[in-house]
Amino acid sequence: MNYFLDLFFSGLTRGSIYALIALGYTMVYGIIGLINFAHGEIYMIGAFTALIIASLLTVLGMNGMAILVISGLAAMVYAAAYGYTIEKIAYKPLRNSPRLAPLISAIGMSIFLQNYVMLAQTSDFLPFPDLIPNFAFMEPYSDFIGSSDLVILLTTAVAMLLLTIMIKYTRMGRAMRATAQDMQMAMLVGIDVNRVISFTFIIGSVLAAIGGLLIASHVGQINFYIGFIAGIKAFTAAVLGGIGSIPGAVLGGFILGLTESFATGYVSSDYEDVFAFGLLVLILIFRPSGILGRSENQKV
Amino acid sequence: MNRCGKIFLSAFFLFCFLGGTVQAAPIKIGVAGAHSGDLASYGLPTLAAVKLVARQANDAGGILGRRVEILSEDDVCKPEIAANIAAKLVSEHVNAVIGHTCSGATRAAVGIYKAARIVTISPSATNPAITNGDYPNFFRTIAPDNAQARQEVDFALNVLHLQKIAVIHDKGDYGKGLAEFVKKFIEQSGRARVVLFSGITPGAVDYSAIVQKIKYKRADAVIFGGYHPEASKLVGQMRRKRLRAVFISDDGVKDDTFIKVAGKYAEGVYATGPRDTSKNPLAKAAVAAYKKVYHQEPGAFFLNAYAATEALLHAINMAGSTDYAQVVKALRHEYVETPLGKISFDKHGEAVGVGFAMYQVRHGQYIEIK
Repeated sequence: MNYFLDLFFSGLTRGSIYALIALGYTMVYGIIGLINFAHGEIYMIGAFTALIIASLLTVLGMNGMAILVISGLAAMVYAAAYGYTIEKIAYKPLRNSPRLAPLISAIGMSIFLQNYVMLAQTSDFLPFPDLIPNFAFMEPYSDFIGSSDLVILLTTAVAMLLLTIMIKYTRMGRAMRATAQDMQMAMLVGIDVNRVISFTFIIGSVLAAIGGLLIASHVGQINFYIGFIAGIKAFTAAVLGGIGSIPGAVLGGFILGLTESFATGYVSSDYEDVFAFGLLVLILIFRPSGILGRSENQKV
Repeated sequence: MNRCGKIFLSAFFLFCFLGGTVQAAPIKIGVAGAHSGDLASYGLPTLAAVKLVARQANDAGGILGRRVEILSEDDVCKPEIAANIAAKLVSEHVNAVIGHTCSGATRAAVGIYKAARIVTISPSATNPAITNGDYPNFFRTIAPDNAQARQEVDFALNVLHLQKIAVIHDKGDYGKGLAEFVKKFIEQSGRARVVLFSGITPGAVDYSAIVQKIKYKRADAVIFGGYHPEASKLVGQMRRKRLRAVFISDDGVKDDTFIKVAGKYAEGVYATGPRDTSKNPLAKAAVAAYKKVYHQEPGAFFLNAYAATEALLHAINMAGSTDYAQVVKALRHEYVETPLGKISFDKHGEAVGVGFAMYQVRHGQYIEIK
């Protein structure tokens, strides 16, 4: 039973990591129907920014909490700027093109950013400092859930709640829903669609940057390639939960993480990907639009 | 003199004559390995070593009066790219290849070189299957994985007296091959048990599930087959989950990048690596030559590559030509003084006189354990 709980919490940690990144994918898809493959790279750039600022502040002798907050803010601002710019450069000019064009553009952007960071920074792995402090009250439970696991879990839950509230109850949220339903109609009733889309990319990038900081701190190392692997898994989670749905992304992340964890624990870690993607195939056979995805008519 | 002798003699003179006319043609050596990507730290020192040896040879008037020319190709340790590069080097008529860096890439490429009758010497590919007799053109200046696995198991059983061992690998040619030997040797000894044998996915965001499994199986040691990015992530997560099991690994982990990335979690980790040759005067000279040009310490497999290049040029010199059969014969029969000691190659292509030692991280440095 104890072993079961150990595996459960491992899966939960892994799942919330996937979920945090999956939120960005699902939001962008929900608004403009584009799979933003460069999202994983925004996550990686967020982690790199946090690392650079954190190293700088450590040299200046600041205390742990201040470093976490300032490097986190810097990462968010920097990543948001990247997200905004990518949308303007790579997606906006292609908004009325066939669906395949922005997809290829997104893959190109992803490869470009990876190589840019590799050349501008390094191809080596870099150590990432433990920015999340070890809470004293977590000490008795550290065998199966550490402080960083808890922080990631809570952040994912809070991010999901805030996003849901924002989309349901704010003016901007209503504008986002209107844009998602019919972009031209939204323009006709006076919604600044460009602003809504830019805003979506900024929110998605901020989430990716938070994820980058927390996950890099949890794992303890980064390099230019981390965004690709995390991005693929997070994208799988988003599809599993129903791409376009915010609670779906979180649910998909948890299901994926738990499946992998139990597959490792009770079968073999050699087959964790087999189980994870086997589950994806099964779910898509019976629910083609994902667990919480609504099957609606194709938009755009 | 019989007829055979006459033919041989005339062929010999003809050869000398041809040699005289094409004297200006350089000896082309291909250097194939990881020159970029996350395993570049294993491939770039090799490139530097070949360049240094070639420059020395050229400064001394070349080999057999011919200049040594280097064609460098980057395979980023990917087998599919390595095969393309091999075809490219063959089409450029290289006389020999130093490389590739990783075992998977080498296995993909070595057959292509064999078909083109090109001598291939790897400074770092340790997979045992490459020297099983299928590739008479292949040589290496590093001991194969089974020698390394033997060292790890002997150390774990005889020195640390461990009983329950978890064997983890990264599912790659190198890591899994090594892990399978470790498992076999432990089972043959009958003195310890393999409680877990499992592969992990490189690049996964989190290894806590496998850490819990190691803990559940009550392993008192983990022997890991793979490279340093996974090793540092795995050992970091083990220590954070309060798992104190001994961590033993291989020369893919015996790299300063591992200590830099794993930081305090690297302390106490054991890893096998090529025997320390820093007392060897030739090794000192090679390192000094590297520092003069690059102003830093040479990285992994630098001396192996240096020795490989020296052995190759020596063999070409001894053979008196770049003819495949003659060079292979010279490599097998002539001893050569290198930074790794006095070496020659056995009939499988393994360097005689090259071996492994056990190292441990103490105060942020790998220290050899006698």
